[in-house]
Amino acid sequence: MTTLTLAKALNEGLRRSMEDDPKVLVMGEDVGKLGGVFRVTDGLQKDFGEDRVIDTPLAESGIIGTAIGLALRGYRPVCEIQFDGFVFPAADQIITQLAKMPLRSLGTLKLPVVVRIPFGGGIGAVEHHSESPEAYFTHTAGLRVVACSNPVDAYTMIQDAVRCDDPIIFFEPKRRYWDKADIDLAAPGLALDRARTVRQGRDITLIAYGPMVKTCLEAAAAAEEDGRDIEVIDLRSLNPLDVDVLTESVTRTGRCVVAHEAPVFTGFGAELAARITERCFYSLEAPVLRVGGFSTPYPPSRLEDHYLPDLDRVLDAVDRSFAY
Amino acid sequence: MTADAPRGVDAPPELVQLLTPEGERVEHPDYDIELTAEEVRSLYRDLVLVRRVDLEAVALQRQGELGIWASLLGQEAAQIGSGRALTDADMAFPTYREHGVAWCRDVDPVKLLGLFRGVSNGGWDPAEHNFHLYTIVIGSQALHAVGYAMGIQRDGAEAATIVYFGDGATSQGDVNEAFIWASVFNAPIVFFCQNNQWAISEPLEKQSKIPLYKRASGFGFPGIRVDGNDVFACLAATRRALQNARDGQGPTLIEAFTYRMGAHTTSDDPTRYRLAHELEAWKLKDPIERVKAYLFKNQLADQEFFEKIDAEADALGKDVRSRCLALPDPPPRAIFDHVYAGAHALLDEEREQYLTYLAGFER
Repeated sequence: MTTLTLAKALNEGLRRSMEDDPKVLVMGEDVGKLGGVFRVTDGLQKDFGEDRVIDTPLAESGIIGTAIGLALRGYRPVCEIQFDGFVFPAADQIITQLAKMPLRSLGTLKLPVVVRIPFGGGIGAVEHHSESPEAYFTHTAGLRVVACSNPVDAYTMIQDAVRCDDPIIFFEPKRRYWDKADIDLAAPGLALDRARTVRQGRDITLIAYGPMVKTCLEAAAAAEEDGRDIEVIDLRSLNPLDVDVLTESVTRTGRCVVAHEAPVFTGFGAELAARITERCFYSLEAPVLRVGGFSTPYPPSRLEDHYLPDLDRVLDAVDRSFAY
Repeated sequence: MTADAPRGVDAPPELVQLLTPEGERVEHPDYDIELTAEEVRSLYRDLVLVRRVDLEAVALQRQGELGIWASLLGQEAAQIGSGRALTDADMAFPTYREHGVAWCRDVDPVKLLGLFRGVSNGGWDPAEHNFHLYTIVIGSQALHAVGYAMGIQRDGAEAATIVYFGDGATSQGDVNEAFIWASVFNAPIVFFCQNNQWAISEPLEKQSKIPLYKRASGFGFPGIRVDGNDVFACLAATRRALQNARDGQGPTLIEAFTYRMGAHTTSDDPTRYRLAHELEAWKLKDPIERVKAYLFKNQLADQEFFEKIDAEADALGKDVRSRCLALPDPPPRAIFDHVYAGAHALLDEEREQYLTYLAGFER
């Protein structure tokens, strides 16, 4: 067992990927000597050289566009977008090219590109550094979208993502970068497209991903004192979605709350609520409720504690579910 | 230039030209090329055949067999000259108008027609031809080409990349980012800009206040302007730029100064924004006629040769037409194919549901 932070677990995972396959490249802004602003790529350039760990010009479309070209030449680029709010200049390359090129080629081209994006709030940052843009990408066919929530998953999920032949948007919960866990570096992980039940319970199902998994676990622990037995599911993969795990859980509990930091309106929770309602209609004791950000731009950081769903807001939703 | 002066007709003085519109061979101190009679006849054949395929495609669109077609009329020399400069190991990244380059890379023209007919969004294997898929979003492919060139660098391969784009694309961020990337990484790439004077209805003045080839100096690599209707000049300049790239000398921007003789696409109506006499003036600079004149004047080909090429072109047009009409519509399940390389539960579910739904109509 090795104790690692989430950021260091990603770093170790990337290191393993680069050792296993000489075609794996890391590219992005400040990923070289600096090791990335969150140090996720720390030390990689020193060990693998400037040709494999590439400090790029400051242009996100360029990062993704050239990564596509490198992938066409047989490389497996792992791109870092420095912050969630800076992915939009690359949105065109991601949506119109990266996601669609395999279909355009009738399957002759594979684009094993990983786009790593630190996402979410809670670090007291300035504007554009706290966003949750996952729904833009889950809505784009051709992309896989995953979010890790803890160091153990981060370590295996990044390696699985690099091995995957499809383009992947890989969301990292930036306020959890410094969370620590004991990791067995030799243990295989759960398949990348599978959800995990991280806490079993009988009374209600909480569904989350990324930074909100920890919040939901804390909420479940607090509810236990009130005699409520909450199940918590970490989605891990948003696209594809492991619907069977959700269906099994909600059919059993009859109640469901979905939590994410992104705005509730047309957020990913809307898809979850719709799917679960379709699958579990006759088992539901209450509508699927959603907890998330407001229909506002992400607020200045002095207000972010009001915007981000916390333990109390999650439990408030649980109470509302039980009120039906 | 006054508003109604024919655009670009007075050849800019810096233009690299090796064959005049009248078919006279001219010398250029920096760019020259030795071509055998057979090579010139072969270039002529290419030019005639790709024009014939293009005309057939326009006709097919008019008859409702293609949804749309982007004609290369007038740009044959730029595409054949640059396309024939490529070695097998080089990689080309086209826009959606590079039918002449596709021809040079042995892509079956029917595959191009299939895209515009709507049976696929591409459909040829880029690795088989070293010719990437058509890219419709303006300028996106410039970055793909630079990334590919960076891969060539890492492989230590003896190859270069060429990327095609138009005058309008030079305003795109992606093309400018590609210039920066290529420059700082010294990537083995040739930026081949076909300046055909018009981006749908917008003239060059809407894109640039300076000649496009001069943009290169600001990015730190050479730029040249060639007569895009002169197949010799396009071949010579591209060959040189590709070799420089392979030799580790980095990128070059080639501005092929040409003219879009047709509409932007078959959906466009150029009479709304440009004057007929501009077109008439450019007809005198036709890329094919000057090669024909050169072959005639120098007695490198006889009437029989030209008749033979015309007959070959007619046969090709007929063949392309019949095979285009025979292209089957893909089966409905094809919607779900190739979206992902690996298994995807949601797509599997949707495919099954839709096919079951369709099967319900057959009972």
